[in-house]
Amino acid sequence: MSNRRSRVSEEEINRLVSKLQSLLPETRQRGAGRASAAKLLKETCNYIRSLNRDVDDLSDRLSAIMATMDSSSAEAEMVRSLLRS
Amino acid sequence: MDSENSACGNPNPNPTLGPSKLMLAFRFLRALSLVHRTTPASSRTCRGRRIERAAYASMAYSAGTGRGWSRAVLRRLHHRARRRAVAPRRLSTTAGNRAEALRQLVPGGAGMDYCTLLEETADYIKCLSMQVELMQGIVDSSSSYGP
Repeated sequence: MSNRRSRVSEEEINRLVSKLQSLLPETRQRGAGRASAAKLLKETCNYIRSLNRDVDDLSDRLSAIMATMDSSSAEAEMVRSLLRS
Repeated sequence: MDSENSACGNPNPNPTLGPSKLMLAFRFLRALSLVHRTTPASSRTCRGRRIERAAYASMAYSAGTGRGWSRAVLRRLHHRARRRAVAPRRLSTTAGNRAEALRQLVPGGAGMDYCTLLEETADYIKCLSMQVELMQGIVDSSSSYGP
């Protein structure tokens, strides 16, 4: 692999890692400046895991909410909440 | 957009800007409504699992087939019944197999080169957090009604 090609890839990777950092929520960005790529990847993994847990938890709560509604009011409620957001 | 594609060897000609929130909401609500109609009222856990699948499905459908992660999610959903264990393709790039943990978290991540993995991760995170926001919004407004 030529040095020139690997330098271009390195820049591209740095750019992508920075982009990932900007997507992490504030609390996970931990301080100013660029963290190491390894740390950022670890934070990214933690963030994805917490998002997956959120989907799991919210699915359960939606299921509980649905149980208390009849079909038509559940749909109406969802549309209403969508229009409000 | 074109230069980053060629630098990473990304085969996708049309990188998505991400699904619009409205489109995502429409698909998800439609799926939720179907779950509500077809799941017996007594089985809360079963309904919960169906809702979760609906969440990932509507995310993936909204993202379309232009993304590796969404294709992987749709494949997984369609082959759910068969449950085949597919050995991930091992890449021997000069960058090595970096970010193993991340590869396991991003659908389809195992078979991607490092550059593509980073791009896909960014898109996946955007869509996933949008989906969570959407679901949270529905739960929040539903909770403000009733006893």
